[in-house]
Amino acid sequence: MDLAIIGVSVLWLFLFGYIIIASIDFGAGFFSAYSELANTKHVLHHIIQRYLSPLWEVTNVFLVFFFVGMVGFFPSSAYYYGTILLVPISISIILLAIRGSYYAFQTYGAKDSKAYIFLYGVAGLLIPASLSIVLTISEGGFVEIVGDNPKLLYGELFFSPLTWSIVILSVVSVLYISATFLTAYADVAEDFAAREVLRKYALAWSGPTILSAGLIIWQLRQHNYDHFTNIMNIWWVFGLSTIFFVITVYLLWKRKFFSMAFWSLIIQFGLAFFGYGVSHYPYLLYPYLTIYDGFTNDAMAQALIIAFIAGFALLVPSILLLARLFLFNRTYVKGEEKRRY
Amino acid sequence: MEYDPVFFSRTLTGLTLAFHILYATIGVGVPLMIAITQWIGIKKNDEHYILLARRWTRGFVITVAVGVVTGTAIGLQLSLLWPNFMELAGHVISLPLFMETFAFFFEAIFLGIYLYTWDRFENQKKHMLLLIPVAIGASFSAFFITMVNAFMNTPQGFDIVNGALVNVDPIAAMFNPATPTKVAHVLTTAYMTSAFVLASIAAFHLFKGRDHIYHKKALYLMMKVGLIFSIATVIVGDFSGKFLAEYQPEKLAAAEWHFETEEAAPLVLFGWLDDEGEIRGAIEIPYALSILAHGDPTAEVTGLNEFPEEDHPPYIVHYFFDLMVAIGMWLTFISAFYWLAVRRKWKVIKNKVFNFVLVLSGPLSMIAIEMGWFYAEFGRQPWILRGFMRTPEGATSAAYVDTMLWLFAGLYLVLGTASIVVLIRMFKKNPVEKELADHANERGER
Repeated sequence: MDLAIIGVSVLWLFLFGYIIIASIDFGAGFFSAYSELANTKHVLHHIIQRYLSPLWEVTNVFLVFFFVGMVGFFPSSAYYYGTILLVPISISIILLAIRGSYYAFQTYGAKDSKAYIFLYGVAGLLIPASLSIVLTISEGGFVEIVGDNPKLLYGELFFSPLTWSIVILSVVSVLYISATFLTAYADVAEDFAAREVLRKYALAWSGPTILSAGLIIWQLRQHNYDHFTNIMNIWWVFGLSTIFFVITVYLLWKRKFFSMAFWSLIIQFGLAFFGYGVSHYPYLLYPYLTIYDGFTNDAMAQALIIAFIAGFALLVPSILLLARLFLFNRTYVKGEEKRRY
Repeated sequence: MEYDPVFFSRTLTGLTLAFHILYATIGVGVPLMIAITQWIGIKKNDEHYILLARRWTRGFVITVAVGVVTGTAIGLQLSLLWPNFMELAGHVISLPLFMETFAFFFEAIFLGIYLYTWDRFENQKKHMLLLIPVAIGASFSAFFITMVNAFMNTPQGFDIVNGALVNVDPIAAMFNPATPTKVAHVLTTAYMTSAFVLASIAAFHLFKGRDHIYHKKALYLMMKVGLIFSIATVIVGDFSGKFLAEYQPEKLAAAEWHFETEEAAPLVLFGWLDDEGEIRGAIEIPYALSILAHGDPTAEVTGLNEFPEEDHPPYIVHYFFDLMVAIGMWLTFISAFYWLAVRRKWKVIKNKVFNFVLVLSGPLSMIAIEMGWFYAEFGRQPWILRGFMRTPEGATSAAYVDTMLWLFAGLYLVLGTASIVVLIRMFKKNPVEKELADHANERGER
């Protein structure tokens, strides 16, 4: 296997990590805001706060990893994507900034303001929507090279049905992933009232998730036939993914093995996400940039991979410690211990 | 005016950095202060120090949040505003950028654990140990990021043959000649600034007439730590002068308005340039520039006129440099004076005006940080990568950079105001006197 493929796989893995962890976070924020405004705060607030509190900072780092790694492994992507993404990503940054800082302001500054909570909840859905634009752009057709410089075609992008299908998928899957995770989390906490509410959310968002995913594949057929053909060549990956989707929904429906339902969801999204990634190969930006013409020199690639392995060896035990203390610690999850910070 | 993406890219980057650096400096320095204070509290078995550490941590979380989101902003803006530069730099210097993320990740994880486990440990010492990875992570973040900035000043670790990058050596790029002094300077000043900011808060309470021993302990400890790091900063500053004289003589010469190469060069403080380009109204310290540059009062210092005019940094950096140095010197003096005054029990420490002067140390040290970075960045102009790429060549060609500038200016205004309001409210609502009384009650009940 060559270094470019190792590099892109590592980055794709980080992006997958970000998508799962951030989805849980964004969705939790939305449900929390929704329950606040719908006056069902007492049921959900506690369980969501216990999960979010120690983890909010960690989420962002996955995203930073992805784009820093992108510039490291594929410096040309900094040139192409840096130039065309100025407006969409600036909007994402502003939303991320508002959401991230207001979480801290509100939790630690201890002031409950409905306006903040509303902003926080809505920002959580707008962020995935704005970030998902990058995937749309990577499909090609929205960039034109003027002189030497790439330019984003805002009109084409805005009026493309593909853009909106991907936006819809990003939003509904955030809600689906988050609700499923929180159902399992509430089950561990033995907070059955919260679990029932979240389970209903999870089931409600499962249908839209699978439908919008199908819609995207169908639209790719019109938009980027090469990519569509590649997807069809590995149709079995997406088929497997659908099977795991059915397993998750079945378990949720039957109120059985909630944790397993969540792991099955991870596998479902993992298969679809890597299937999508593989079928996108070799393009980073269709048709201008492939992973090979954008790749860094061998010395840097090796250094990055070594740094990555060393860093991973440092992080994995730390993450496990964090998870042991806050995610898989029944006393903490149930909130039985005294808490003062 | 015609739309000029280069101008707006520079302004937006400058704005983001100027805002981010305030929070980043606190983020690097304060964990060490919390660790020192908590450790003293455990050693002396003094609950005042423990409470200090606790209260600082609560405030720290707010500043970290702003630091994280603005750090994400600058991380992305590097590619969004300087795509041509990042394409080149990505080939050579992305390794420390990548490692910075790991360092920050490490810090974030342990900070989260530290925050939520104050009462989980029977043994306070074990809880304090969690701060070590936080402080290490924070300092290593600064270490790696500063390396990238150092690389922009003295790039090495690659060759350009026929326009293509060859022989890339990421390690050589990281440990370029600017790295040692720059990293040392960033770290010592971050510790120094954090100590003075925390000292300012204590001095403010004393100035307001709150006479609790808690505030006196805080002020004395942070002034002492501030003094130690001020002295360290002076020493590092001296090395930085020698580094500049050897590797970036035009940057030093611009800071000093040193136009003609000469021996036994004087240090020029402030003043202004008249229409003929003559320096007016400046204070001259004889031999001082030669000492700063080469450690020898008679040594020859290269003047700015040796360089083509198009390579001159803007002359305004003279003021940035002088303000930074003047504030640094003042803070070293005032903290040394305060330390002596406490030891000798001079009456002046009870004086209101003197307390007010101490309150100014925090804001002053922040101004010095800003001036230092303004000097570092303006002083490197016209280059974005010295000797290889001029700033306009690195900038984006995209439209709407001006609109983004306004959006981000609004964002920073909101974040800056909100973080200050939240901090003030947080501590006003729960004053230390009340918290100490609560603790005493709790013990009484037991």
